[in-house]
Amino acid sequence: MAGRNAQVQIMRSQLGRVRGLGSAKSGVEHWWVERLTAIALVPLTVWFVVAVLLHLGQPQLAVVHWAAHPVNTVLLLALVMLTFHHMQLGLQVVIDDYVHDTRSHLVVSLLNKGASLLLALFAIVAILKMAFWIHAS
Amino acid sequence: MVEFTLPKNSKVGRGRTFAAPAGAKRIKEFKVYRWSPDDGQNPVLDTYELDLDRMGPMVLDALIHIKNEVDQTLTFRRSCREGICGSCAMNIDGTNTLACLKPIEEVKRAVNIYPLPHMPVVKDLVPDLSMAYAQLRSIEPWLKADTNPPPDGERRQSMEERSKLDGMWECILCFCCTTSCPSYWWNGDKYLGPATLLAAYRWIADSRDEYTGERLDALEDPLKLYACRTIMNCTQTCPKGLNPAEAIGKIKQLQLERKG
Repeated sequence: MAGRNAQVQIMRSQLGRVRGLGSAKSGVEHWWVERLTAIALVPLTVWFVVAVLLHLGQPQLAVVHWAAHPVNTVLLLALVMLTFHHMQLGLQVVIDDYVHDTRSHLVVSLLNKGASLLLALFAIVAILKMAFWIHAS
Repeated sequence: MVEFTLPKNSKVGRGRTFAAPAGAKRIKEFKVYRWSPDDGQNPVLDTYELDLDRMGPMVLDALIHIKNEVDQTLTFRRSCREGICGSCAMNIDGTNTLACLKPIEEVKRAVNIYPLPHMPVVKDLVPDLSMAYAQLRSIEPWLKADTNPPPDGERRQSMEERSKLDGMWECILCFCCTTSCPSYWWNGDKYLGPATLLAAYRWIADSRDEYTGERLDALEDPLKLYACRTIMNCTQTCPKGLNPAEAIGKIKQLQLERKG
């Protein structure tokens, strides 16, 4: 553990330290949604990988046509949103485990959420462009 | 941040070697963690070559033999020597267990003995468990009810209600599980750890207790409860064969259930 010195510097009782700021009264949603997204991503990811393999060697236009089909567009959007949400939830758990300093924890958590959001938006816009480009042209 | 190496003053050096007595036939090497708060030195690993014919079959017998016959300065906790007090919990051959329940012959090579991992060391094999005890205290491990017990007797439970406590009341609070858990190593000041959560669920599952909601409220926290990542070290190491991971899973299920 961090040190014997810490035990001398902190005179607060162990019970007081353990009770700390009390329970955050949250956590179950994070835990549950992480699992739900994981389960939902199994069929979605398999579907996506198979679809990509079926398009091997085909021209870009064929892929765009495929993505523009409403069912595929919706499933692609679902895949992207769930993937990045799941990624963000999972990384947050890693950050909670390993980043202890309060300020760095806040910075790294915001970076995680911000980056996940931007990456998800990028992917969503790309999918929508494919979906609507067909009809526009 | 997480510590991947031991701090400088905790690096373990090589200690003394105590040779086997002349004429010993079945010699076994015991490497024991030694650290004293008095001399300002780093911890070392002392090697004891012991004659297995002169002691009982368990690792605790070997430690008592060392203390009595070889090196009186060795410090460790022990009391009941039959797995019911939890005093002699330590890390033997890389696994947290009770020295009194661990047969020497189960360890193929030299027997490595360390204190429970990641707790402050008081001396040699004696860890400072005051934080873990405070965490147990914080979940209020006693019956809480507003209904008065019958004036002429005890609070009664059906057979079914009582059977829900099986697998939990047997916990002897040796903290082998808690100190085997990486989540507890990294966040021991916030995560309650498997032993304390098992005790918490023992009272949540008790039909006589009327404070289930308050108990769940107190646990509903990203670190206190959900720092458990279900890696099952706790269940694997428990010297009493209990399943703290299952109890933690049931607490999480109840948290979900009451959200509706």
